[in-house]
Amino acid sequence: MTDSVANPPAPRFASVHTSPEARARLRRRYAAERRFRIYGIVAIALALGVLGVLFFTLVSQGYSAFVQTEIALDVHLDPETIDPEGTRDPARLQRVRYNRLVEAALREAAGGVAEGQERALAALVSTGAQFIVRDYVLANPDRIGETVRIRVPASSNADQAYKGFISRDVPENQRRISDAQFAMLDRLEEAGRLATGFNTILFTNADSRQPELAGLWGAVKGSFYTLLVCLVLSFPIGIGAAIYLEEFARKGRLTDLIEVNINNLAAVPSIIFGLLGLAVFIQLFGLPRSAPLVGGIVLALMTLPTIIIATRASLKSVPPSIREAAVGLGASKLQAIFHHILPLAFPGVLTGTIIGMAQALGETAPLLMIGMNAFITEAPDGLVDGATALPAQIYIWADSPERGFVERTSAGILVLLVFLICMNGLAIYLRKRFEKRW
Amino acid sequence: MSPSLTFIVIGLLAIGGYLMGRRRAVAVAGGRPAALNSLPGYHGYYVAIWAGVPAALLFLAWLVLRDPVISSLVMDSLPETLTAGKSQAELDLLLATIRNTAAGVGFASDDPAIVTAAGHLNALQDNSRWMASAIVLVVALAGIAFAYARLGPAFLARGRVESAIRVAMLVCSVIAIVTTLGILLSMLFESLRFFQRYDPLDFIFGLTWSPQTAIREDQVGSSGAFGAVPVFAGTLLISAIAMLIAVPIGLMSAIYLSEYASRRVRAVVKPVLEILAGIPTVVYGFFAVLTVAPAFRDLGALVGLPVAANSAIAAGVVMGVMIIPFVSSLSDDVMSAVPRALRDGAAGLGATRSETIRQVVLPAALPGIVGAILLAVSLAIGETMIVVMAAGLAANLTANPFEAVTTVTVQIVANLTGDTAFDSTKTLSAFALGLVLFIVTLFLNVFALAIVKRYREKYD
Repeated sequence: MTDSVANPPAPRFASVHTSPEARARLRRRYAAERRFRIYGIVAIALALGVLGVLFFTLVSQGYSAFVQTEIALDVHLDPETIDPEGTRDPARLQRVRYNRLVEAALREAAGGVAEGQERALAALVSTGAQFIVRDYVLANPDRIGETVRIRVPASSNADQAYKGFISRDVPENQRRISDAQFAMLDRLEEAGRLATGFNTILFTNADSRQPELAGLWGAVKGSFYTLLVCLVLSFPIGIGAAIYLEEFARKGRLTDLIEVNINNLAAVPSIIFGLLGLAVFIQLFGLPRSAPLVGGIVLALMTLPTIIIATRASLKSVPPSIREAAVGLGASKLQAIFHHILPLAFPGVLTGTIIGMAQALGETAPLLMIGMNAFITEAPDGLVDGATALPAQIYIWADSPERGFVERTSAGILVLLVFLICMNGLAIYLRKRFEKRW
Repeated sequence: MSPSLTFIVIGLLAIGGYLMGRRRAVAVAGGRPAALNSLPGYHGYYVAIWAGVPAALLFLAWLVLRDPVISSLVMDSLPETLTAGKSQAELDLLLATIRNTAAGVGFASDDPAIVTAAGHLNALQDNSRWMASAIVLVVALAGIAFAYARLGPAFLARGRVESAIRVAMLVCSVIAIVTTLGILLSMLFESLRFFQRYDPLDFIFGLTWSPQTAIREDQVGSSGAFGAVPVFAGTLLISAIAMLIAVPIGLMSAIYLSEYASRRVRAVVKPVLEILAGIPTVVYGFFAVLTVAPAFRDLGALVGLPVAANSAIAAGVVMGVMIIPFVSSLSDDVMSAVPRALRDGAAGLGATRSETIRQVVLPAALPGIVGAILLAVSLAIGETMIVVMAAGLAANLTANPFEAVTTVTVQIVANLTGDTAFDSTKTLSAFALGLVLFIVTLFLNVFALAIVKRYREKYD
């Protein structure tokens, strides 16, 4: 065949499929086929590549926030300063200015300090150090008069310098740690006073203006209360609505209207729900601002469509023979639903609910509208306390330019993603474990 | 009693009612439960419903109404001299002062009239709290007594309980309608207040947006202009960039995954792509600020193009990445709804796979894909966190993707999270923008959902 193309002997039945033009066309068509395939691969590679860059950025920026530089100080709990009268009265011990003790211990640890450099040295230790010493004294009043070793967090700038994020090659006036401070840090390190340890502050503190004292605990608690309200409201209401629509509603205007509404609510921008919360729950009903209660109600309204749609789908998948058998044995319609159909559909309901809760956990925009992005330094203790939530806390920190906060923002995101992965993993597990094929 | 304690008490009474009702039913049956019309449990539920529901509803109503009622009572009790000729804002301030004085916090006042009013407020609050607790208790107990007296062998407890549950479920499903109505009414109400102060035509067609209203009367340069065209234009610009990213990538990856990829590749890649949809938007916003915007700026500097720090393109690209999985999974759905016979027909005529897809599957799926894209546009328009963090605040009327523009959602957040009074023109403008956003996304959603739905039915 090939030589007949190279040297056509004028065949009696010239085939249109073997002419040179046809072969060229075929080559072009196959090339187009390959190109099309490559477009697809490129598209997927781009999407996965961005995902990879995203995770790489977060991990590379955030991993260092999980450790914190600490300075070991030999604090002399000087009775003259702390308790000159020797009464050991806690109210009195509370009011002492412990930062003088901290600064003295720091001077001793750094092996003395040059004239005029006291402030530069004091700036290496966190402003929270004095409260750590205070809490130590209040817990151990019998140690007053002794010299004790206390580990206090370094200030954010010193922390960044020790972790190696502040380069000494940058001109001195463009970095946040001066040459003199670098020398002090070196002396502290030689004396074995500097060490990095797991950053417990990140998980036990609420927000703070000082990066090294800011933590996620307040936000985690706020998110917990918000999701609690959200779950308590949306779970029963969603199931009730789904059962009604799936089992009782007759085809009619009202049912159609409800269905259109539910489908549409699932696609309404989340910020609109925030506006609703602000106008109705805060302005009209007078509920407090920044409260997990309002956040939970707003998120419940957003989560409802997800739960309703998931519940209806899993109710629909239960075969009618189950219902017919129950009714045949004398059960009422509601008994058939609550005793037989709903339990069989429950894994699907639970999966939908968990996915809805995961969405609610990641939602930020409506929380901004109802003031859950406030600067709050105490973890909330109830549903009407001022609170933030995890994503809102990330948003607040993302606004701050200091490297200490950039690091913490990434760490906060990693913590949020771990929660989300756990919830979605649980949903997938439940689906795989309990899903029934009828 | 605190609200949560009251609810706990109501709950306990309901549980008590259940136990009493059950025991009573067993007792009247004389040890033969078969003599009862309904199972003893239903008698219990019947009493529990009567114990809990009216009391809880009454208490909720009190929680909602107590503040407005008490406030208006206190304001009515004030002497004329304090209230005469004052605007609503001044009256609100006065009420806040009275509240602070009553609670003993913040800016209290020692004006004797206000101190009297504060005492009055405290007395009213105490009284209403006690009265509410007492009334709720009485109602719950009366409910138990009423229901208890009706129990008997012939009493149709199950029917009653089941109709109550059905009503409750109907109420649950009506909440969807109530939510939509609530959104619409609250937006409309606040927008009307905005349009009383600002001409609606100016709002829709005006070319300058600078929501900084004057704090002092004579302030220069802060007149407060609310011409929303630059805001709409910025929203469209960023959404268009997002679509330019999301539609080709989403569509091509859907085609590759459904037509070319082996089962194993699909099983891995599809869920990984869906991770993109599960990442919270605040994370994308941070990513845009931290990585993408500087990258575009450096790239621009490399070729000598000035790129703003919060350029439209950075926000748009990141938003596009967020939307990829939506486009891809929705178009996957509509393409797999195209019947096998169409593909087999094309293959039988000698078409290659890509020719089948481009000339048969895509045209057949086109309406559905358009619906999917419209849903994605609605998502892009309403997306908030990415643009709040990565896009600009100043309203710029430009089509240059390298400049900073602002969007509807950014302006809503910016105008509502400041510390201006709630009824200033600036905060009300956020509700007008919200109304526009709601209406536009509503139309897009209803339209797109109708297309997608009709399309799925066509081939079923």
